[in-house]
Amino acid sequence: MARKKAHPYIPNSVREIKEKIMNEIGIKSIEELYSDIPEKFRLKGRLNLPEALSELELVKHVDKLLLRNKTCLDMPIFLGAGCWPHYVPAAVDYVIQRSELLTSYTPYQPEISQGMLQALFEYQSMICELTEMEVANCSMYDWASALGEAARMAVRTTRKNRILIPKIIHPERKATLQTYAEPAGIKIETIKYYRETGQLSLEDLKEKISEETAAVYIENPSYLGFIEAQVDEIAEITHEKNALFIVGIDPTSLGVLRPPGDYGADIVIGEGQPLGNPTNYGGPLLGIFACRDDMRLIRQMPGRIIGMTRTVDGSQRAFCMVLQTREQHIRREKATSNICSNEALCAVAAAVYMAMLGPEGFRELGKHIMYKANYAMKRLNEIEGVKCPVFDAVHFKEFTVNFDSSGKSVTEVHERLLEMGIHGGKDISKEFAELGQTALYCMTEIHSKSDIDRLVETLNQILEAK
Amino acid sequence: MFKQARWDEPTIFEMGRPGSRGYTLPKLEKEIVEAVKNPEKIIPEKMRRKNAPKLPELSEVEVVRHFTRLSQMNYGVDSGLYPLGSCTMKYNPKVNEVLARHKGIAWIHPYQDESTVQGILEILYRLSRWLAEITGTKEVCLQPSAGAHGELLGTLIMRAYHKLNGELEERREIIVPDSAHGTNPASAAMAGFEVVVVPSDENGCVDIEALKSAVSRRTAGLMLTNPNTLGIFERNIEEIANIVHEAGGLLYYDGANLNAILGKVRPGDMGFDIVHVNIHKTFGTPHGGGGPGAGPVGVSEELEKFLPVPRIAFDGKRYYLDYNKPHSIGKIRSFYGNVAVLLKAYAYILSLGAEGLEEVAEISVLNANYIAKKLAKIRGFKLPFDEKTPRKHECVFSAKQLKNETGVQALNVAKRLLDYGLHAPTMYFPLIVEEALMIEPTESFEKEELDKFIEALKKISDEAYSQPKKVLNAPYNTSVGRVDEVRASHPRTMALSWRMYLKRKSQEET
Repeated sequence: MARKKAHPYIPNSVREIKEKIMNEIGIKSIEELYSDIPEKFRLKGRLNLPEALSELELVKHVDKLLLRNKTCLDMPIFLGAGCWPHYVPAAVDYVIQRSELLTSYTPYQPEISQGMLQALFEYQSMICELTEMEVANCSMYDWASALGEAARMAVRTTRKNRILIPKIIHPERKATLQTYAEPAGIKIETIKYYRETGQLSLEDLKEKISEETAAVYIENPSYLGFIEAQVDEIAEITHEKNALFIVGIDPTSLGVLRPPGDYGADIVIGEGQPLGNPTNYGGPLLGIFACRDDMRLIRQMPGRIIGMTRTVDGSQRAFCMVLQTREQHIRREKATSNICSNEALCAVAAAVYMAMLGPEGFRELGKHIMYKANYAMKRLNEIEGVKCPVFDAVHFKEFTVNFDSSGKSVTEVHERLLEMGIHGGKDISKEFAELGQTALYCMTEIHSKSDIDRLVETLNQILEAK
Repeated sequence: MFKQARWDEPTIFEMGRPGSRGYTLPKLEKEIVEAVKNPEKIIPEKMRRKNAPKLPELSEVEVVRHFTRLSQMNYGVDSGLYPLGSCTMKYNPKVNEVLARHKGIAWIHPYQDESTVQGILEILYRLSRWLAEITGTKEVCLQPSAGAHGELLGTLIMRAYHKLNGELEERREIIVPDSAHGTNPASAAMAGFEVVVVPSDENGCVDIEALKSAVSRRTAGLMLTNPNTLGIFERNIEEIANIVHEAGGLLYYDGANLNAILGKVRPGDMGFDIVHVNIHKTFGTPHGGGGPGAGPVGVSEELEKFLPVPRIAFDGKRYYLDYNKPHSIGKIRSFYGNVAVLLKAYAYILSLGAEGLEEVAEISVLNANYIAKKLAKIRGFKLPFDEKTPRKHECVFSAKQLKNETGVQALNVAKRLLDYGLHAPTMYFPLIVEEALMIEPTESFEKEELDKFIEALKKISDEAYSQPKKVLNAPYNTSVGRVDEVRASHPRTMALSWRMYLKRKSQEET
């Protein structure tokens, strides 16, 4: 038998209540309910876990541990690369703490779950407006797994098995894609880029694309922050071979950047975390997944999709999950994906965020980020020993900083910066050895001018010192 | 009488007016503006956005009111009993929500230097050790984002294991019982395996003879949940494990039903090689209307080398991320997992300790057996499979008799329950029970709330026999009446976004 005192989370842990229920069932001890478990497997003694804490002790304990972390409120941190620090308005967090939403399950019973269903429908709808696609699901785990699922969806739809991806791609997205693709027998090939501009090599694309190609994938802005401008050409080359065009996006760019639905994308994926979700040491994230209004594609979509309909008596508008015959709980091994729990509450946060920004807010956010990034690039490039950015292209919120001519490595620079209370960008010198000693920096609205100026001054000092 | 809020709330696209705004950005310094001029002009002309996205324009006030009203048209664990079988809808402690909003987690970046994130690495490392202890496995990977994601990782580990042994070409099959969760066969298929289904025997457990004839040199592994989806413990687990292992396969534990056996029996000790746990079920983190959850995977010593990178490691002085794992299956997502969710599980385990977790299991099983006992007496409902076998965390009833005698189906019972201010059980699952109602009360509800549920089912049974129409047309007290799900999925009437709805409408009009 377990504890003597009742636990706050377990109402029926009061001894008298337990006895009452045992009486009703006709047992003398709860152990009788475990009598069918073979004795040899029963755990002897207790689990080896720390002793239970009261709520106050717990709060003090966790607070102490978390205060050991240095946050971007303690020091300027210039990291992005797939997880971006953006301000989360208080109203966003308020809404997702509404316990009717927070503590509900997947809305299998639509009549009592209209709130969650409508919020998710609105999320899907706003993602469609941003990307100019017609259909979006209510979330994937993250951008990387969305890429894996998009590749598999393209292969199912086209019945071909080659996927072309750019050489400049986040290595973790590429690794995740490979994990998802390998069991399905999907072949992945890499397209080179122009060394000067980072843009996708159209010659290499034309050489590698064939009738066997199921899809061509690009990212815009790219992993290294520049805008890929040859989108119309890429779309044309792709569609000529009856392949699908998959585009990966950062949604914060879409107030100023041309939406992928406008340049022929068939499937759009991306990372929705910057829409009202904190960085949280990299998770939870929010995988965006959208496609064109084409039943051939829609039937192959992975994940939950919410639709707008009405009540059976026709009297009220209503929402429910749709096309569940694609999903694992109905179709089992023939499902389009195994995904069940997704990132629904992160999608609700994104919905609130998008509704608060509106069209003008997104434009201002995009411009603001570009102001900060381009100011930083300009100032950094003035530093002796720094080339910024590496590519001759327009950049959105991230950009490359090269230290080759300073004679210092990214690691050395990073360690010196950290000593001086600044966290530099991500070291990409191993991922992209051909770019030399290069780091990927990120600027958003949370970085102030004084943060950027301090970075520039500190780098000046570090690189001057021999 | 329960009456859910009914606001007639328009969609957010039908609200607001040009010029309204809910968010402002910090001011840009003069020097920045002068240095950059106009960023939109820098973008190549053909890459500029020409038409603004058709997002709503609203004040913060209206956004908050809209979503508050939507929340009032939703039902959560904090509203009342939520006995969805296999979903473990238990209480989500409020303190954990506060802790997960600490700036020391919300505002740290996954690529930060390890020296600046020792606190969170220690939490994650310790959590992985505790989960290994709870599941009886050697090493735990915290990365999977959900239970099904953990299953995918598990089946990929089977793949990597057989590949390394040079047997993957032959070992093409994963066996699942006919009572398995739908994610099991779907995950097996995603990892490139064929699915072989074994039937259940008259006790609702894996049919041992059928299993013996199903295994062969083609067997990659078996996926099993124990207790199974009927809430019955697979007492032949030792024999099952032997059959699968002797055939050269691996044994996978679907952790959806772990709540029942915390501190009582451990999957690793029963012979399971790979185990996933559903953090959002067993460890009390909120389901959030469908995520985010987390689905850590524990493995035996032999399989540790296949886990995704990085591994969170400790050298006695500092915590670090170890990428040096040549046999790793690679990555299944970005970064290290749903860290904010995992932090809540860390706090949950600390709030309960070993004794508390065992009590969680005991009371969840006590509650399920109480419901099983009481419902078995209600006209029209039957507890299939041996009534004498104790159930674990859940019990599955069949409303077949009720359907035959009154025309009222499991679906109608479920809908009518909503009118009583209770969430419905899982319906029509497991597939081996006709007109199934799968009930998991968890440890989180007091006897009075359970009695309310039992009483409601009694009334619904009476209604079914006296005035079936009343049950057939339910629900009445929810925000909307019965939803037309067929219309929702029909290609002609389908509206998967506001944009698509407007498009269909304009097509209809022309």
